[in-house]
Amino acid sequence: MDTSENILHQASSGLARGSDTARAKAARLSPSFISWLQAGPMMLVFLAFFLIPLVFVVIVSFWDYNEYQLLPAFSGRGYTDTFEGCIAQIPDLCTIGKTYLKTLKLCFMVWAITLFIGFWVAYFLAFHVKSKTWQMGLSLLCTIPFWTSNVIRMIAWIPLLGRNGLVNSGLVKSGLVNQPVEWLLFSEFSVVLALVHLFTFFMVVPIFNSMVRIDKSLIEAAYDAGATGFQTLVNVVIPLAKPGIVIGSIFVITIVMGDFITIGVMGGQQIAAAGKIIETRLNALQFPAAAANAVILLAITFLIITMMSRIVDIRKEL
Amino acid sequence: MTETTRTTGVSRRTLLKGTAGLAAGSGAITGFPYVKSAETKVLRYLGTAVNEGDDISKQCLKDTGIKIEYITATTDDVTKRVMTQPNSFDVLDTEYFSLKKLVPSGNILALDSKKIKEFDNITPVFTRGETPGGKKIGNQGTAPWKVLYLEGKDSKTFSKTATEFVTLIPTVYNADTLGIRPDLIKRPISSWSELLNPEFKGKASILNIPSIGIMDAAMVVEATGKYKYADKGNMTKEEIDLTMKVMTEAKKAGQFRAFWKDFNESVNLMASGETVIQSMWSPAVTKVRSMGVACTFQPLKEGYRSWASGFCVSKGVSGAKLDWAYEFVNWFLSGYAGAYLNRQGYYSAVLSTAKAHMEPYEWAYWMEGKPAEKDIKAPDGSLLEKAGAVRDGGSYEDRMGAVACWNAVMDENDYMVRKWNEFIAA
Repeated sequence: MDTSENILHQASSGLARGSDTARAKAARLSPSFISWLQAGPMMLVFLAFFLIPLVFVVIVSFWDYNEYQLLPAFSGRGYTDTFEGCIAQIPDLCTIGKTYLKTLKLCFMVWAITLFIGFWVAYFLAFHVKSKTWQMGLSLLCTIPFWTSNVIRMIAWIPLLGRNGLVNSGLVKSGLVNQPVEWLLFSEFSVVLALVHLFTFFMVVPIFNSMVRIDKSLIEAAYDAGATGFQTLVNVVIPLAKPGIVIGSIFVITIVMGDFITIGVMGGQQIAAAGKIIETRLNALQFPAAAANAVILLAITFLIITMMSRIVDIRKEL
Repeated sequence: MTETTRTTGVSRRTLLKGTAGLAAGSGAITGFPYVKSAETKVLRYLGTAVNEGDDISKQCLKDTGIKIEYITATTDDVTKRVMTQPNSFDVLDTEYFSLKKLVPSGNILALDSKKIKEFDNITPVFTRGETPGGKKIGNQGTAPWKVLYLEGKDSKTFSKTATEFVTLIPTVYNADTLGIRPDLIKRPISSWSELLNPEFKGKASILNIPSIGIMDAAMVVEATGKYKYADKGNMTKEEIDLTMKVMTEAKKAGQFRAFWKDFNESVNLMASGETVIQSMWSPAVTKVRSMGVACTFQPLKEGYRSWASGFCVSKGVSGAKLDWAYEFVNWFLSGYAGAYLNRQGYYSAVLSTAKAHMEPYEWAYWMEGKPAEKDIKAPDGSLLEKAGAVRDGGSYEDRMGAVACWNAVMDENDYMVRKWNEFIAA
């Protein structure tokens, strides 16, 4: 704050040299101007690399196309094709309905599991590890898997879970099962497993961050007032960790909703995903249809996030 | 995908100035005697990994002084790149079935057959749709001879008769079929219908590239006797519905272990025993075998699904660069590259020149279907087959002569892609 004020001061004094009134005016304007100056770079990046491309995606989603080019004429074809059969096939679900149901189901499972694991890992780090050094050390330990590519972390599961994989040969040899367990790989189980493995850390960090900021005296006060450990958890820790929980949830939900690589590889390409539809359309050079699907995905994800931020006002809590 | 016609911003003069020192320098270091011109001949080569061997580019530099810079992408991404960034490459190596999209876009330039030395020696597979031995080849799908010629230099219409304007100068092709694990199946397999045989429940796979996957699916449907297509490579909406219905039922019954999307996935599925029967590509079968796992590229009575690719240039290529492109294509057909491809189990477009670059025992094994007299080695020197082995499917005549259909882009491609998504979601 200091430095930017100084810079501004110098700049404005340079501009309005010799004029006291102008200088005073510049000084009056400065707080809001400084805020803009500070937010400016991020805003520009956001505008150039997110908002403008997004506007293009929305525009293109309303274009027509043929086998080899975009036709810049208004057409709702991208959308009508996507929802093809949704009314005609009732009570059966149409392709897009089935796809989103599956994606949401996977998303919910991954969210619930990562939240559970993430919460307790963060709880342990924040309240049971006393020394700051150990807290830092253990947090860093959590990041070690991230030193390798997420594709590798995902693919590493395949030889483990396969029909002739380590887990299955262990089970067969120990006599627990007669035949290899097929649902370990290329199933919803393996997809959820890989996603949880990949993304739990995104839950740990924000929750941990919220928890370390909880004033320890509040917990002592709850204890003094006769609250049990469980009551303290429900009435003190969870409400105060809510911003972290919501931020972590937003991370996990947005990533899983758009994921198609993990679902593709771990699901043996047999499980539909919202992102997969977009990819298939892109590969067939049907850009408007892909853009329409991207807009639908964005709208649905946005809806979920809005509902979550209804529960907790993140801006107020931060 | 807006089209911007851009000429290269560098004039020939500045190019000469800029590269003179560089070329002289490289000439001094490498000492190739042919570097007489002061230009560094560089061609940006966009294609899939099939033809892009390091050995090929090294040999090309040695023989012609042309430096090849590979831009490697998947088949779909190659097409995407031609559409969206036509100035980002010089030479394009792509498959014939994508021409239905590429030619109307106007982003590629046909080559002049009169400037291709070996053009008259190109196998009749491409020009007449028959093997050198006179066997008629299946006509279904985007067969190369349907899209080989254009009506004029800048025409966007395929010519039914031979003209000098060639869309893609043929380079490589093959006949694909199902790969099986004979050690796990333990009985002869002779029909595409076996892919949906409940005996292999949970152990079958098909590829998840819609335009190719549906062709394999159609081979299966026809083999089961459920339906006979007029043209598997150009189905009507009803035929697409029917094909996908059969596949969806199989998927719901748990027939498929997984679908695969790239080469390595197909190798891993087969080598690990996750699948015992699946659609596959020839080098993937070789790879599985080189891992010490029994795998057969099984010839089937209904025939093969074939594919072919070739060279053209970007519309932005002209002048000296176009001459280099012709020089490169001519070199590619002159034998070294053809022999290299034949040794991987593919087929080269000009058989005579490739033969001259192969040992007689190699030619006998790969092309004539005879038992190997000596150990068969891959281009990198690794052992592929021990002496005595016979190539799956036999000779060139037997394999190419049994081709039933070609990879294709259908008129109803858009509908087919939507149905494929439905199949995946089922």
